[in-house]
Amino acid sequence: MSGEESASALRAEGVTKAYDGRVIIQDISIHLETGELVCLLGVSGAGKTTLFHTLSGLERPEAGRVLLQGEDITGRPGKISYMLQRDLLLPHKKIPDNVALPLVIRGEKPRAAREKALGYFAQFGLEGTQDKYPAQLSGGMRQRAALLRTFLGSQGVVLLDEPFSALDALTKREIHRWYMGMMDQLQLTTLFITHDIDEAILLSDRIYILSGQPGRISAGLTIQPPRPRDLEFSLCGEFLAYKKQILSLLERQG
Amino acid sequence: MKRSPSITSKLPPLLALAAVLAVWLIASEGGLVPEFMLPSPAQVGAALVSEFPTLLDNAAVTLQEAALGLGIGIAVALVLATLMHRVRALYRACYPLLVVTQTIPTVAIAPLLVLWMGFGMAPKVTLVALTTFFPIAVSLLEGYASTDKAAADLLRSMGASRWQIFRHLEFPTALSYFFSGLRVSVSYAVVGAVISEWLGGFEGLGVYMTRVRKAYAFDRMFAVILFIVAVSLLLMALVTLLRRLAMPWEAYEKIERND
Ligand SMILES: Nc1ncnc2c1ncn2[C@@H]1O[C@H](COP(=O)(O)OP(=O)(O)O)[C@@H](O)[C@H]1O
Ligand SMILES: [Mg+2]
Repeated sequence: MSGEESASALRAEGVTKAYDGRVIIQDISIHLETGELVCLLGVSGAGKTTLFHTLSGLERPEAGRVLLQGEDITGRPGKISYMLQRDLLLPHKKIPDNVALPLVIRGEKPRAAREKALGYFAQFGLEGTQDKYPAQLSGGMRQRAALLRTFLGSQGVVLLDEPFSALDALTKREIHRWYMGMMDQLQLTTLFITHDIDEAILLSDRIYILSGQPGRISAGLTIQPPRPRDLEFSLCGEFLAYKKQILSLLERQG
Repeated sequence: MKRSPSITSKLPPLLALAAVLAVWLIASEGGLVPEFMLPSPAQVGAALVSEFPTLLDNAAVTLQEAALGLGIGIAVALVLATLMHRVRALYRACYPLLVVTQTIPTVAIAPLLVLWMGFGMAPKVTLVALTTFFPIAVSLLEGYASTDKAAADLLRSMGASRWQIFRHLEFPTALSYFFSGLRVSVSYAVVGAVISEWLGGFEGLGVYMTRVRKAYAFDRMFAVILFIVAVSLLLMALVTLLRRLAMPWEAYEKIERND
C-alpha cells in the first residue's frame, strides 16, 4: 500500500461484520480524505448503522481493519466522534452539560467543558437553552444540540447516522442550509448516513452506495459542483441527472 | 400544557374518606357497636389532643430507630445492588437469596433479634434495616437494567469507562426507581420500628401501643394508629419533595407526555 493511501483521514479495509452468525456487511472498503463530506446511502436495513458501529469501534469486525490517519483503531472506541441515529440527549443533564459530555469523558473539568460548549451556542442556534433540559426543546433544537456535542467531541473525523431524518421537511431545509455554512467553518471530515437521495446529492462531495444482502459497497460517485451549494442546486438539470443515476444504481441491486 | 391536579381528580378519594367516616359515625354514635369497643370520632379526636405531647415524645424514639435503620438499609441496598449490577455472577448468586429473605415475616424475626440483641435500640434498627433495604435494592437493580442501550453505546463511543457510564448514565437513570423504592421503604421503616417495639423496649410508639392495649383504652389505640398513619404519610410526602429536588428534569418530562 502506498503512503498516500494510508494518510487518508479514515479508511476501512475489507470490513466484514456479522451478528449472530448472519453476515450483515461484507468486504467493505471505503476511504475518507481530510475535509471531505461523504455520504453513505442505502435503503433501510442495508447495514449502514452496522458499518458505523464498526467504524466507530463499538463493534469488532469479523474481518478487515479500520484505520484513522493510518493508525489501526479496529474495535477501539473513543477516537471517532459518532452521532447515533437518535439524538440521545441524556434527560437528566441540562443542554450545556449534554453538549460538553464528550469533553468531560475525556477528563476535562466540567465547568471548563461547559464554558467551551456555551461558546458555540449562538452559532448552533441554541441561545436561550442554557438552563433547559432536553425535554424542553423542540426536535430541531435537540438535533442541533446533538450535532454540537458530536462536533465538540471530535478529534477530526465525525460519523453522523441519519442526522436529519427525524425532522420535518421545512426544518430539514433550514438545517441543510445552516449545516452547509457550518461545515466550511468547522473543517471536519464527515461521513454521514442517509436514505434521502436529494439530501445526499445536495450535501456531499462523494456518495457511497451500500446495497445487497449482505451489504456491499456497490458504487461510489463524486458530485462535481463544489460545496457549499445553495438550495437552488436541487432544481437544476445536473442534480436530476445525479438522481437518475443513483436511482438506477439502487434498483439494479434490488 | 401543565394541568394542575383539578378538583375532579381529588373528589373520589375525598368521597371514599367521607364514606368511611360516616360508617364509623353511624356504628359508634348509632350504638351498633358498644362504645367501649369502638370510640366515636370525637372521642378519638379528644384522645389525640390530650395525648399529643406523649405521642410526640414516643415518636421521637421510634423515628430515630426508623431513620437509623432506613439509613443503613439505603446504604446496604446501594452497595449491594450496584455490586450485583456490575458483577453478573454476584447477581445470580444473591438474587434468589434476596427474595427468600423477604418471605420471612417481620413478626417472625423480630423476637429472634430481641433474643440476640436485647431490649435496646439495636434489634429495632436491625429490623428496620432488614425490611427497608429490599424494596430499594430491587428498585435500583431494575433501574440499572432499564438503561438505554443506545445511550450506553454513545458513551462508549466517546471512550467512556464503565465507571463513567455508571456515573453519567446508569445511576441517574436508576434514580427515579430508587425514589419509588424509597417511598415504599419509609412506610416500612415506621411500621417495622413500631412492631419491634411491641416485643420490648422502654419508649416509642410501639411501647405506647402495648401499654394502651393492656389498659383497653380504645380511644387512645385509635389515636396512636391515626398518628402513625399521619407520620407515614408525612414521610412519604417528604420523599416526593426530595425526589423533586433531586430530579428537577422529571417535571418537564411529564409536561411532554401530557401534551
Ligand atoms: N445488534 C444487532 N444484533 C443482531 N442483528 C442486528 C443488530 N444490529 C443490526 N442488526 C441487523 O442488521 C441488519 C442491518 O441493520 P442496520 O445496520 O441497522 O441497517 P440500516 O442502518 O442500514 O437501516 C438488520 O437486518 C438488523 O436486524
Ligand atoms: Mg440505521
